[in-house]
Amino acid sequence: MENLIALLVAAPLLGAAVLLCGGRRLDRVGHWIGTALAAASFVVGVVLFGAMLGYDAEARTMRQHLYSWIPVEGFQGDIAFQLDQLSMTFVLLITGVGTLIHIYSIGYMEHDERRRRFFGYLNLFLAAMLLLVVADNYLLLYFGWEGVGLASYLLIGFWQHKPSAATAAKKAFIVNRVGDMGLSIAIMLMFTTFGTFAFGPVLEATGETSEGKMTAIGLMLLLAACGKSAQVPLQSWLGDAMEGPTPVSALIHAATMVTAGVYLITRSGAIFNAAPDAQTAVVAVGAVTLLFGAIVGCAKDDIKKALAGSTMSQIGYMILAAGLGPIGYAFAIMHLVTHGFFKAGLFLGAGSVMHGMNDEVDMRKYGGLRKYMPVTFVTFGLGYLAIIGFPGLSGFFSKDKIIEAAFASGGAQGWILGTVTLLGAGITAYYMTRVMILTFFGEKRWQPAPDPDKTASVEPGIEVHPGEMPHPHESPRSMTIPMIVLAFGSVFAGGFFSIGDRFVNWLEPVTQFDHPHPPISVPVITGMTVAVLLAGVAIAYLQYGRKPVPVVAPRGSFVTRAARRDLLQDDFNHVVLVRGGEHLTRSLVYVDHTLVDGVVNGTAATVGGLSGRLRKLQNGYARTYAVSMFGGTAILIAATLLMRAV
Amino acid sequence: MSASAVHSLWTTVAAPGADGGFTAPHIEYAQLSPTLIVVGAAVVGVLVEAVVPRKARYHTQLFLSVVAVAAAFAAVVALAAGGYGTTKAQIAAEGAIAVDGPALFLQGTILLASLIAVFTFAERRLDPDAHGNRVDSFAAQAASVPGSESEKAAVKAGFTTTEVFPLLLFAIAGMLVFPAANDLLTLFVALEVFSLPLYLLCAVARRKRLMSQEAAVKYFLLGAFSSAFLLFGIALMYGYAGSVSYARIASVVDGTVKQIDPALADTMGNDALLLIGAAMILMGLLFKVGAVPFHMWTPDVYQGAPTPVTGFMAAATKVAAFGALLRLLYVVLPGLRWDWRPVMWAIAIITMLGGAIVAVTQTDMKRLLAYSSIAHAGFILAGVIATRPEGISSVLFYLLAYSFVTIGAFAVVTLVRDAGGEATHLSKWAGLGRRSPLVAAVFAVFLLAFAGIPLTSGFAGKFAVFKAAAEGGAGALVVVGVISSAIAAFFYIRVIVLMFFSEPRADGPTVAVPSPLTTAAIGVGVAVTLALGVAPQYFLDLAGQAGVFVR
Repeated sequence: MENLIALLVAAPLLGAAVLLCGGRRLDRVGHWIGTALAAASFVVGVVLFGAMLGYDAEARTMRQHLYSWIPVEGFQGDIAFQLDQLSMTFVLLITGVGTLIHIYSIGYMEHDERRRRFFGYLNLFLAAMLLLVVADNYLLLYFGWEGVGLASYLLIGFWQHKPSAATAAKKAFIVNRVGDMGLSIAIMLMFTTFGTFAFGPVLEATGETSEGKMTAIGLMLLLAACGKSAQVPLQSWLGDAMEGPTPVSALIHAATMVTAGVYLITRSGAIFNAAPDAQTAVVAVGAVTLLFGAIVGCAKDDIKKALAGSTMSQIGYMILAAGLGPIGYAFAIMHLVTHGFFKAGLFLGAGSVMHGMNDEVDMRKYGGLRKYMPVTFVTFGLGYLAIIGFPGLSGFFSKDKIIEAAFASGGAQGWILGTVTLLGAGITAYYMTRVMILTFFGEKRWQPAPDPDKTASVEPGIEVHPGEMPHPHESPRSMTIPMIVLAFGSVFAGGFFSIGDRFVNWLEPVTQFDHPHPPISVPVITGMTVAVLLAGVAIAYLQYGRKPVPVVAPRGSFVTRAARRDLLQDDFNHVVLVRGGEHLTRSLVYVDHTLVDGVVNGTAATVGGLSGRLRKLQNGYARTYAVSMFGGTAILIAATLLMRAV
Repeated sequence: MSASAVHSLWTTVAAPGADGGFTAPHIEYAQLSPTLIVVGAAVVGVLVEAVVPRKARYHTQLFLSVVAVAAAFAAVVALAAGGYGTTKAQIAAEGAIAVDGPALFLQGTILLASLIAVFTFAERRLDPDAHGNRVDSFAAQAASVPGSESEKAAVKAGFTTTEVFPLLLFAIAGMLVFPAANDLLTLFVALEVFSLPLYLLCAVARRKRLMSQEAAVKYFLLGAFSSAFLLFGIALMYGYAGSVSYARIASVVDGTVKQIDPALADTMGNDALLLIGAAMILMGLLFKVGAVPFHMWTPDVYQGAPTPVTGFMAAATKVAAFGALLRLLYVVLPGLRWDWRPVMWAIAIITMLGGAIVAVTQTDMKRLLAYSSIAHAGFILAGVIATRPEGISSVLFYLLAYSFVTIGAFAVVTLVRDAGGEATHLSKWAGLGRRSPLVAAVFAVFLLAFAGIPLTSGFAGKFAVFKAAAEGGAGALVVVGVISSAIAAFFYIRVIVLMFFSEPRADGPTVAVPSPLTTAAIGVGVAVTLALGVAPQYFLDLAGQAGVFVR
């Protein structure tokens, strides 16, 4: 049974190879091949899951050693897999949601002439992400990590003819490189500290070395997680990544990519447990990001960017929970899974809306769509209720647990974190209600289609006639079915996981679990959460549901304007990093011009001058040459004799 | 380390031969066949000049030369395959000639280079026909005074100097013996046998005849001068050891021979004779390799000689002379190495630096390549000085690599022509890459190999000699070598820049379309350069196996 693990990765990898190498002759069947192989990977995952359930809870880890990748004395890089409960959870999420997104993409990308290539990239994305979560050592994990980076680059920039998409892809790649540096440094530190980077030996030995080293490794891992999971300060790529086709956004936000950071921190739990300072940093990053993302989400009029802010915020919850240690790991992963369902559903819903609205993304130009797109409305609505944590739906269970754990982390930290997470829940309710109202309720604010020559945002293959009013319609079956399936997950997953602490018990052998003991009783916290949530919904309703929404966004306060500019993240990066970098380069260029070039040119001038003088010796007279030879011989003889004398 | 132990590093004891007594000389014809074939062909070539009608001479000579050189090469390969390079290494011809790994390797290299050289000698399509006759690079009638009526008549009559082929064969024969010579007299005779034809060949250029003759006279004068030193050194050495045999001298140097020839009782074992004699012999060899300060003939002669001759000379002479130098230093004088090493160090350093530095301001392509060859002599000397087995094999490899690059580069020089013949001034080469991208690219490959850029044979060779030198304790020499390489890279790359990144001149030269002969020469040069650069290991192994001298 263990030998099936490789198949998990191999199936989508094969798909990517076939689709990308196969050429045009596969254009007509490419999407089916890609979807079938993603589904095959899911089936393998389910089979392995079934097998895993058959084992005792403590003995569920499966291993497969393929071959030694880099066998060097004292340096063993293996292609070896480890599938435990944590990896299994991710495998099911990645392949399950991934397959649904594949199915959705068949309809969504129908008119795109590069659809085969798109499915190839999607398969590559799945393969890389699966490799990341089933690797049994950090080196192989890094391989998958970089593969995810590559695939995200290719997919975000899939519509490369749009400069904005190309730029966004580049931005995502470059920002991720910063995080990747962190991971590679962490791996190097691990190797120098432990002499290996296999999960088993490293994680068992964490207690045996100094806390300083563990803190260093932990902080580097956090940096890596910040890059992939779009946490402050490496969050800036996520919003721009919306330039990719909508299924890509769903994949990045729900099943792959951003969850990698949470996986890394959870997987490296033992390291963080041994480094409290690093844990504090993780918690701080999570807390800051969850507010940051939520505030940005409130201000965006672009439906996908609002959802992107929301993702950032929800991942912030997970990172925060993971930073709390054994009381939070299981809840972080649980929220990750439920979030996978409802965020994928929300994105697919958003894509469906855009599909019906001539690819308009500005929510101020929607309104009243619930009648025209009933399936989208219902599934999106269920996702909405789930994400705001409406009691009984998935998000309620997972987010509430995180809030409890935050309060339970003890002391002032517990109160601060508890408050932040509560506040975050309120803001989430506010901005998601805003999205809901702007899109599906109120009067129609539809605008004629823009002139495609003047705007580059229209997706290719979709015929848009300038000046034509949109005709919203329900999307084809291939798009609605995945949304329906995901809506089921959004509704029931949380409850299913929480009843009898199923999910916590499932993960406990891997992540450990300490029961949180918040300073105020659990029902009170739950009550507060629901109250905050209702307050958020109410404010949003008062603001957007009661009065007409202007099509052109009002100027807004300073905070609103800042939030629209992603809380000035790009301005900050520009001033601090870009300008600073330019200054650094300029001064280095100066040193290069004056000092280095001075030395080089000086040397060249010296050689040239010497050459000019020496060549005068070559005067063309045989007698001079003979004298040179004679003198040379004399010196040769003298020197030889002298050597003997010395 | 005892003296004999030192020897065992790079010599094996020869199979016992006939020694003492008065027996008829025993000649191992099979082992000497490469040389004998070439000498025989040269003699036949002279007869061809005498008896074959003028019209048919060119083809006859070409055929004869190619067959002779190829057959000699086959003989070398057969000997090497028969184990004469390793287990059956021996002294042949009554102690005059060594048949061992280095000798066979170098003879093979010389013969391959010669084969290509024959092709370039035979090229007759570069210049336009004169009076309906095809012309090659050589004067119609070498004896006629330049610019005279006699010359015009010779050109009109369609004469060609087909004597160059037998002359070339004689030179090759001398070169084959030179690195294999196992006594000082054979060494000297071989030196003269290959030098005299070369002096003549230098004088027979078709174009710029005065320059060619001047070069020949200079080469002859200075060559004779150095031969005198060499011969004087041999005399002194005989006075010291009582013998001209390498093995015998080596034993005397080691102090393992106590028996003193009564006739030489006054001088034998006198170290002053040894040191002065050794220095003078070294000087004679260093002259041939073109080491500073005995290099001054090189630029003038390389520039003046017909370009095919220059290419042959630059490649094959260097191989032969370095072979002889290696044998002298590793077989005859290893016991003296504490005396000659510092001196050779100094010569290697000034040769590397001198060649590279003076090349920087050269404006003529052939002179530039001449100085480049001086710098390369310095690099090879660095390997020679290593006094290690790797030193021998690295030098062998370097010589193999270098000879092909050199002949190829000079062959390309013959292609770039204007109304006055070859356009060798650097400024004429500006923008060549725009007009003749293929020729410029090929030349760029050769230049990169000269500069020692990876993936060319030059890199592998330079790396091998520097590695050997560093392991032999000559780290400082390697540093100087790398600095010289950097300086040298400047003028090689400058030519590339000139060819590819300058505007072509309106009055620029044209690139002649060569016959298959030159094309083959250049093609083989490029192929070997790249093959030795990409996969040098096989040839390094070959040179490593061949790197043991017989004593």
